[in-house]
Amino acid sequence: MTNRLAHVAIVGTLVIMLYPLVWMVMTAFKSTAEIAQNVSLLPTEPTLDNFVQGWDGAGVESFGTYLRNSTVIALLAVAGNVISCSLAAYAFARLSFRGRAVCFTLTIGMLLLPKDVLLIPQYSIFHAFGWVDSPLPLIVPYFLAMDAFFVFLNVQFLRGLPRELDEAAAVDGCGAFRRYWYITLPLIKPALATTAIFTFIWTWNDYLPQLIYLNSAEKYTLPVGLRMFLDATAGSDLGPMTAMSVVSLLPLFLLFMFFQRRLVQGIATTGLK
Amino acid sequence: MIKRDLAAYAFLIPWAVGLLLLVVAPLGWSLYLSFTDYDLLSSPQWIGFGNYRELFTDDDRFLHSVLITGGYVLVAVPLQLGAALAAALLLARERRGQGVYRSLFYLPSLLAASVAVSITWRAMFDYGGPVNGVLGWFGVSERSWINDPGTVIWTIIALEIWRFGAPMVIFLAGLKQIPGELYEAAALDGAGRLRKFVSVTVPMLSPIVFFNLLLGIIGAFQTFAPAQLVGDGNGGPADSTLFYALNLYQQGFDHQRMGYASAMAWLMLVALAAVAAFLFRSSRRWVHYGDNT
Repeated sequence: MTNRLAHVAIVGTLVIMLYPLVWMVMTAFKSTAEIAQNVSLLPTEPTLDNFVQGWDGAGVESFGTYLRNSTVIALLAVAGNVISCSLAAYAFARLSFRGRAVCFTLTIGMLLLPKDVLLIPQYSIFHAFGWVDSPLPLIVPYFLAMDAFFVFLNVQFLRGLPRELDEAAAVDGCGAFRRYWYITLPLIKPALATTAIFTFIWTWNDYLPQLIYLNSAEKYTLPVGLRMFLDATAGSDLGPMTAMSVVSLLPLFLLFMFFQRRLVQGIATTGLK
Repeated sequence: MIKRDLAAYAFLIPWAVGLLLLVVAPLGWSLYLSFTDYDLLSSPQWIGFGNYRELFTDDDRFLHSVLITGGYVLVAVPLQLGAALAAALLLARERRGQGVYRSLFYLPSLLAASVAVSITWRAMFDYGGPVNGVLGWFGVSERSWINDPGTVIWTIIALEIWRFGAPMVIFLAGLKQIPGELYEAAALDGAGRLRKFVSVTVPMLSPIVFFNLLLGIIGAFQTFAPAQLVGDGNGGPADSTLFYALNLYQQGFDHQRMGYASAMAWLMLVALAAVAAFLFRSSRRWVHYGDNT
């Protein structure tokens, strides 16, 4: 009996939780007239008009531009994090050197450091580099292991693996870099995959940095481009706005479909200890 | 010895460059900037404690943004963690379909940070949105929840609660780590369900509550996208969505007062450090580090 009660509670909560997403998708397929009437959740005559109209964007650029910019930035961020975080993690987990404890403590500190504190000075530094209104400030930090979370994740994963392989290779005279490349990297593929997927999702959703660093419309990413639907009109553009919201969330939803187990496990393992 | 160290340092070159260039130098630079007038174009003008003095004595919006953000953190974080824990307890036992449920509960937390969800949220709570539709069945008259200074903050709190999936997954992993013998021993001593929850589950889970609380507070304090996109974009209506991060952004990038914004950033860092120190200190009393972590 309690079992059935639990089921009811679970399904009930799910209906409420998923309702905003369902509503977003359904609205995207409704005609303007139907949105105004606001009677049923399901569109009576599904139409693609909103997608056609929304794709042209609220500004001068089409949504395709934003989609391309977001994809380029997210993929480069993934490459950066996978390389730089695994390098740092290997040093922390497998090599002994003076200052290791201090360096690792600094990494944990970065995990807790609120990013907003660095917003103004980083902007001022990138401004001095002449990088404002380019995607560089949104990409380069990923190649410098600035996502301490993923350094930590890879260290945790490496600590769970036996050291024997690494030590045997060292005895055989294999250098540190070759051990990293030929022994460690293949072993930590699961952690690297988690790093890659989360980096993609978080970069895709990242808003404030993209808002301050990208000034011209042809460089805008999805979050910045989507926001223009709010600027352009006072709510009357609901159809195209929800249609493009659906488009922008679709890649994340697909990642979720394919990698849900890994995503859930990734969060769980770093959350512990 | 030196050769060994050098090999390790080679792996840390990107990390060290990033740390110096993107963390240490900016921290120092912004501390300096916080004592200056700086608009990015001309060089910073030293004004001593001028920015800090203005913040505390001559800027009502600043104090207002502190109160809004502080209140938001105090309400939204416990509610979110409560929801996460309740859902984790509900989903902990192995049942049919439990894996699917867990994933679906987790899904919103992946999407919630996006601009797409924030602007959808705004539309949902506006006139003609589905929230009014549902409430209409219960006789609640239609209103714009986002244009009312009294209610808009609650829509943002609802958005924060909505993303409870991430802490829920961490709670679930924690629940799995609790050894079954503890529950068996408690049952032998005649403990009921509530007693088991209070005397076994809660203490065993306390390190994870601590972890979620710490990260939750730091994250919630920096809320920006919902503040800007669910509210009217400038902290309104009537400054009711003037979150700290939004205020900082406006000072820095709308008004080009980079020195002033840096002072705000440093105050935030100090405040969060104090909160973290308080949490760590108090954790000795309420966080239980057993042998089975």
